[in-house]
Amino acid sequence: MTATLAVPRFVGRLVLGSLAHAGRFSLMVREMLRGLAEWRIWLPRTFTEAANIGKGSLFIVVLIAGFAGAVTAFQSGYQWQTALPVYVLGTLIVSTIVLELGPVLIGLVLAGRIGARYAAELGTMRVTEQIDALESLGRSPASHLIIPRVLAGFLIVPILTVLADVIAVLAGWWSVKQVLPVTDADFAYGARLYYRSFDAYYSLIKAFFFGGAITLISCYMGFNTKQGAEGVGRSTTAAVVASSVVILLLNTLLAKILLNK
Amino acid sequence: MISLRGLRKRFGEQVVLDGVDFDVLEGETVALLGPSGTGKSVLLKHINGLIRPDAGTVIVDDLDVAHLSRHDLTALRTRIGYVFQYGALFDSVDVFENIRLGINDEAKYKDLAYCRARVAECLRLVNLAGDVARKLPAELSGGMRKRVGIARAIAGEPKYLLYDEPTSGLDPVNADIIDELVKQLDNELGVTSVMVTHDVRGAFRVANRLALLSDGLIVLQGTQQEFLESAHPRVREFLERDFDNRPVAA
Repeated sequence: MTATLAVPRFVGRLVLGSLAHAGRFSLMVREMLRGLAEWRIWLPRTFTEAANIGKGSLFIVVLIAGFAGAVTAFQSGYQWQTALPVYVLGTLIVSTIVLELGPVLIGLVLAGRIGARYAAELGTMRVTEQIDALESLGRSPASHLIIPRVLAGFLIVPILTVLADVIAVLAGWWSVKQVLPVTDADFAYGARLYYRSFDAYYSLIKAFFFGGAITLISCYMGFNTKQGAEGVGRSTTAAVVASSVVILLLNTLLAKILLNK
Repeated sequence: MISLRGLRKRFGEQVVLDGVDFDVLEGETVALLGPSGTGKSVLLKHINGLIRPDAGTVIVDDLDVAHLSRHDLTALRTRIGYVFQYGALFDSVDVFENIRLGINDEAKYKDLAYCRARVAECLRLVNLAGDVARKLPAELSGGMRKRVGIARAIAGEPKYLLYDEPTSGLDPVNADIIDELVKQLDNELGVTSVMVTHDVRGAFRVANRLALLSDGLIVLQGTQQEFLESAHPRVREFLERDFDNRPVAA
C-alpha cells in the first residue's frame, strides 16, 4: 500500500513544490516591477554591480574565449579535407564561435561565477537577517539588492560575450595558421563570405537572455534561502544548476525561433 | 500602543504562537521572556510586519499591521526601530553607511552634513567613539556590533524600539553594559520598547513590565512584583532557574 502511494506522493510533492517556486518567483518579479520606480536607489547600484561582475569575470572570460578559439581551430585542422578551399576555415571558425560557442560557453561559465556569487551573497544576507533588517528600515530589498544585480547581468553578459567572440575569433585565426597553410587574406575572405550581420545580433540576443536568466535565478535562489550555512550552500548549488539548465533550454529555443523562421 | 490579540502562527506542523494576547502601553518598556525556541522573536517580527499572522490581529497605533498597504507598512516601519539578535549589519558597507540607512526620511538621508551629525550622535548615544564609523562590521567585536545595531535602529528617531535578544552571546559584563544602554536610551529618547530576552536578571533591570511566553501562549504579563509573587508553575520554574543564588539588581 505504501509503495503504491509513493509515486502519487512524489508527483504531488513535485507539483506543489513547482507551484510554490512559481508563486515565489512571481512575487519577486512583482516586487522588482514595483521597485523600478525607485530608480535613484537602483541606478547607481546597478553600475557598481556591473563594474564589479565585469571586472571580476574579465580574466576567466578572456582565458576561456582564447582557449575555445584555439581548440576550434585545431579541431578544424584535424578534420580538414584537402579538397575544400582553405578560406572555408574562416567561415567555419567565425560562425561556430559567434553563433554558438561564444554566448553558450560564456553563459555557462558566468552561471557558475556570477550565479554562485549572487546566490551566496543574498543567501547569506537572508540567513543573517540583513534582508529583514533592510525591510525593517522601510527600504525595499528589490530596489536595493535585486534590481541592480539583475540589470547588471542584462548589461554585462552581452558585453562580455562580444569580448569573448572577438578574442575567440582572433585566437582561432592565429591557431589555424599554425596547423594549416591559411593566409590572413584566406581567413578574412572566408569569415566575410557567409557572414551575416544577424549572426552578431543573434549572439547578443542569446547573451542578453542568458544574462537575465543567470541573475534572475540566482537572485531568486539566494533571496529564498532557508536554514543557515547549509541552506546557503544548497541555494548556491541550485542557482548554478538551474541557470545552466535554463541557458541550455533558452539556447535551443532561441535557435528554433530565430534561426529557423 | 501595541496590541496583539489571538495571534496564531505555525511553520509547517509546528505551532509557534497559539492565540497570543499581548499589550505594550505608550512609553513603557516590556520584557518578553521565555526559554529559547518558544517563538519570542517570531512574535516580535509580527509587530513590524516582517511575519504575517495565520490568525489574530496586530495593532500598532490603531493600524492593523497585517492588512496595511505596502506604502502604509513602509511608513509604519519608519516609526519602529528593530534591533536584531546578531546585529544584522550590512557587511558590505561601513558603520557610517549602516547607521545612515537607518535614517528613513529621504530628504535627511540625502543631506550628508545631517547624516554625519546624526551618525555621530547615534554613536555617542550607544557609547561608541566617532572613529568606529569608518570601520566595517567585520572589524567590530560582538558587543560593538550590537551597539551599532542599536545605533542604526535609533537613527530614524523611532517611536518604538524592538530588541531581539540584545544581550545574547555576550559575556555578563557586556550584557550588563547593553542592559544599561537600553535603560538609558528609554529614558533619553522616551521611546516605547519591547525587549525579547531569556535573561531574567537583565529583564528585571530594564523593564517596567514583563511577559512570559511559553507553549505558544503568554502565561503571565505584569509588573516585576506580580512576577515575583506569581504561583504559576511556568513562572516559578523560569524565575527559580535564572535567579538561583543570584541577586536581582533593581
